[in-house]
Amino acid sequence: MSEYLLILVSTILVNNFVLVQFLGLCPFMGVSNKLETAMGMSLATTFVLTLSSVCSYLAFEYLLQPLGLEYLQTITFILVIAVVVQFTEMVVRKTSPMLYRVLGIFLPLITTNCAVLGVALLNIKKQNGFVESILYGFGAAIGFSLVLVLFSAMRERIAFSDVPKAFQGSAIGMITAGLMSLAFMGFTGLVNI
Amino acid sequence: MSVIVTAILALLGLATIFGALLGFAAIRFRVEGNPIVDEIDSLLPQTQCGQCGHPGCRPYAESIAAGGDINKCPPGGEATIQALAELLDVEATPLDSEHGEEIPTQVAVIREDECIGCTKCIQACPIDAILGSAKHMHTVIASECTGCDLCVEPCPVDCIDMVPVDQGLSGWHWHAPKDQNIIATDKLGLVAGMVVEEGNLS
Repeated sequence: MSEYLLILVSTILVNNFVLVQFLGLCPFMGVSNKLETAMGMSLATTFVLTLSSVCSYLAFEYLLQPLGLEYLQTITFILVIAVVVQFTEMVVRKTSPMLYRVLGIFLPLITTNCAVLGVALLNIKKQNGFVESILYGFGAAIGFSLVLVLFSAMRERIAFSDVPKAFQGSAIGMITAGLMSLAFMGFTGLVNI
Repeated sequence: MSVIVTAILALLGLATIFGALLGFAAIRFRVEGNPIVDEIDSLLPQTQCGQCGHPGCRPYAESIAAGGDINKCPPGGEATIQALAELLDVEATPLDSEHGEEIPTQVAVIREDECIGCTKCIQACPIDAILGSAKHMHTVIASECTGCDLCVEPCPVDCIDMVPVDQGLSGWHWHAPKDQNIIATDKLGLVAGMVVEEGNLS
């Protein structure tokens, strides 16, 4: 049980995908202007990351490994992720129009989020089992959501503050992200996994 | 060689299964709006005037789709009733005068020097076609105005006129010639003097 908890703490804080491993930076900079869109993106990413880490694990375990085709993992995972996202979008659109309104525009965007592919590949590299894969994906998504929401809240405040002209806009965003990354370095050594 | 074939077959199989899954999902989870409501809505004039008793054209389209009367739209007039009757295969009935008379398409025009900037017409406009702010002159965006005349009533200084507009290509017609110019050519000489004289007058 404690090792599952360690996986979560490790992926959320210590090896945070955005601020420590620098994966999924485009949505991190792109949709963090508003807290509301950041939350929508976080929800959608949590959903997709968890689901796709399971699916890619299954595809690797039951298709690629028995056939000895481990070297095809990248292209297979891209295929799996794209299909899972597309299928999810269709189902959500049919079954829950309200949820679709919140997540709808973000779902296709996540297909190309490198954190999603990164989680799938790292799961294989770390030889995680089924449950570990789910937790690893879920933890990565929670970590992503955490920093995305924190970062967008900060950017909303920065938007109203008196920023020097040379630093306005994306520049101050980059600097803030860098400082956040430094802050997250403080978690290094908290868990060793 | 067999390794390559296995790889290709594995990917092909995976892609085929996924393609089939997505194809199935596209049919199984198709989102159905009510296509008949869309079609009826596209025939209505989109004035959003509310003269039919519904809060806009789409609610009226929904009520028609549910079996309501098709003769409640004065801005659309007989042409809309005919089109609806054809689409729904029902009897075309004359316009219900309870909801108003058919009038040619109009746009609202604000007499700008009389406008006091009270914003009452802006609040009344169902399609946000009036531009302006408090204590500043307002004006109507003519290309957006649907001629619903909902802004005329609230205006405290009565500075909004409803002006008929040209109907575009479908309603365009030659201007009727002036009476005095219709002269049989063989009589041209006889009345030439009179024409010139009247021409000068007009």
